[in-house]
Amino acid sequence: MSNLYLIRYGEIALKGENRSMFEDILKSNIKKSIKNERGNITIYKTPGRIFLKTEVDQNIVINRLQKIPGLVSFSPVVEVPLDYDKIKKVVLKSAQKALEDSEYINFRITARRSNKDFKYDSMELQYNLGEYIIENIEENKREVDLHTPDLDINVEIRKNGAFIYSEVYKGIGGLPVGVTGNAGLMLSGGIDSPVAGYMGLKRGAKLLPVYFHSFPFTSDRTKEKVKELTQVLAKYQNNIDLHIVDFTNILTEMNEKCPNDLITIIMRRLMLKITEMIVEKKNGKAIITGESIGQVASQTLEALKVTNEVPQLPILRPLLGLNKVQIIDLAKQIGTYNISIQPYDDCCTVFVPDSPETRPTIEQVLKGEENLDINDIIEKAVENVEVIHIEGY
Amino acid sequence: MDEIYLDNASTTKPISEVVKKIKEVLKVHYANPSSLHKLGINAEKLVKEARLHISNELQTKKEEIIFTGSGTLANNIGIQGAAYRLKKFGNNIITTEIEHKSVLNIFKHLEKKGFKVNYIPVNKNGIINLDILKEKINKNTILVSTMAVNNEIGSVQPLKKISKIIDKHENLYFHVDGVQALGKFNLDIKEIGIDLYTISSHKVHGPKGVGALYINEEILIDKILYGSNQERGYYPGTENMPGIVGFGEAIKHLPNDKTIKKMNRLKNLLRNGIENEIPDVIFNTPNEGKSAPHILNVSFANLKGEVLVHSLESENIYISTGAACTSRNDKTSHIIKALGLPDNYKEGTVRFSLSQFNSKKEIEITIKKLKKYVERLRKIMGGK
Repeated sequence: MSNLYLIRYGEIALKGENRSMFEDILKSNIKKSIKNERGNITIYKTPGRIFLKTEVDQNIVINRLQKIPGLVSFSPVVEVPLDYDKIKKVVLKSAQKALEDSEYINFRITARRSNKDFKYDSMELQYNLGEYIIENIEENKREVDLHTPDLDINVEIRKNGAFIYSEVYKGIGGLPVGVTGNAGLMLSGGIDSPVAGYMGLKRGAKLLPVYFHSFPFTSDRTKEKVKELTQVLAKYQNNIDLHIVDFTNILTEMNEKCPNDLITIIMRRLMLKITEMIVEKKNGKAIITGESIGQVASQTLEALKVTNEVPQLPILRPLLGLNKVQIIDLAKQIGTYNISIQPYDDCCTVFVPDSPETRPTIEQVLKGEENLDINDIIEKAVENVEVIHIEGY
Repeated sequence: MDEIYLDNASTTKPISEVVKKIKEVLKVHYANPSSLHKLGINAEKLVKEARLHISNELQTKKEEIIFTGSGTLANNIGIQGAAYRLKKFGNNIITTEIEHKSVLNIFKHLEKKGFKVNYIPVNKNGIINLDILKEKINKNTILVSTMAVNNEIGSVQPLKKISKIIDKHENLYFHVDGVQALGKFNLDIKEIGIDLYTISSHKVHGPKGVGALYINEEILIDKILYGSNQERGYYPGTENMPGIVGFGEAIKHLPNDKTIKKMNRLKNLLRNGIENEIPDVIFNTPNEGKSAPHILNVSFANLKGEVLVHSLESENIYISTGAACTSRNDKTSHIIKALGLPDNYKEGTVRFSLSQFNSKKEIEITIKKLKKYVERLRKIMGGK
């Protein structure tokens, strides 16, 4: 059996000439999210709405749609022929269904009639259908509430049929993934960077995560953890190519040739450079990081200035305005928190200098880097990057 | 290069005799030992045989052995069962500071249930302080539990002396966690006067998921699990046939005097090799005689144990930081803490644990690679 879903989107509607392209991308993202499930899928646009008709299990569809950026809300819909008797029965049924979950309903009918040929106008529909419910449900179980109903039964009379729905599921809003282009994501095993990635996804960026692995200083379990985090993010993007850079030789080289107190900052600079080269090859336009101001030594304004000078691409720091508690809440909400807190070191925690320089200047850092053959090690790292394709479902 | 497995205190590789037996059980003797038909009877026979192998090895009666799902479960059944049984005689129970979590956390639980627990400290060799034990035992003491061999540093506890102290008291049971001792030296349960003794299959080249508890026939303990009457009701549930039969087979192949000597020789070879080749090292394992033949615990100054583990792993050599069960939680295990190491040695603690199947060549390669990586990593990780 097919189920029908009415899908609403927000910001896309504001985007003038690009609107149609944005809608097409959203449509395609919706389709991709369930394409591996059993059942037919049909998607079509009507002005301001997208309809999805599919045999895929309703629980799966609801779960997937809630994770698609650009989608503001959606409702499972019953499609009824333009026949008042049939319409009223379906309306009563949704009221009865609500009564399965609660003892009592306060409800209203919201009717819209874009098809002016239908015999009742929207006011008449609301009145008649409301009365039908009142007549057919015991008095102590229902009440009309026009302003703050728990149950709002919507009836839309369109040209090709009537559409009835009462449940509204919230999506995450924002823009569909892909509309703003590709962006690199510096992904570690921590709490912040996956959240930063999610923020990018919500603004329509397609993520190219880059992870720096430094076995034996970092356990292979950390790599597994990063793969798990990517898998969670892939649910929002459908599929992700995770880029893994072998960073061990670079770390070793840095340790030999750079002053201890500048290691963290030089490491960040090298990571940014490598990320930029990987991202540019994939036509990426920006680099997203989980940085915030002043959390750790590499995030003082002085340190951010010194790292900022490395790439030509803009560095986007979507967590800048959030405090740690808000970041943790978001991480829990998107499902990365419990993975992030597994206790495996990433290379940042193994290589923390005793007293890192918190106010580095560019002159200091350039001098600190002077013995490194930077171009050579960077090129090697980019050449040998490992790409793992991860599907969301 | 073939893998060099030096993590035998975590778990061991099942020997081929065990694998063969398990395969046979899964394919042929799949019946429920409680079933009345002949397939059931055959299965029951196999369980009996396995029990006999265990009791022969421990020199106990076969009725005194129950199979469990692990060493942890045997500890739970023995310790909780004893404490609840003897509650009416007192509420003081005693264990040591360096027990495995599967003992320590039972005592922590019992503490919450109203028992008063004394944790006996150990000296630098990881051996418990008998004077304090004497001091803490009184007429309210109903249970003393100690491990025979410490899993992290391999120290051997003076069970006879402990038993002598305990013997003077009535209504007091003596539980010993023998998981790391099984097959590593001769230990006479009856002569020492142990009431409850825990062993585990996967530490002696048997399968995982099976352990056993010796319960002295002269004592009674409460049941903590409920179900049918398998394992005399102490560990109810359909018998883990492949596990039990595999354990019974494994115990027939424990190291003998000759192979135990070989392990001791290899351990000394490793110890001397490290001592001669690598500076700034502290051995946490006491000298031969005071430690089990298979465990060597070493702290390297200015290193992280985990990084060393991963470095050797890249050479196909497998060792462990501290104890596998604790290494993923706090950075320094409770046992290493109890030994009082200098700060810059604490994080650099690793454990080598041998089996009778390791060779001299393997140890020589290990020393060579160890030297290489300790030097390299110290250079990289500097004075931290």
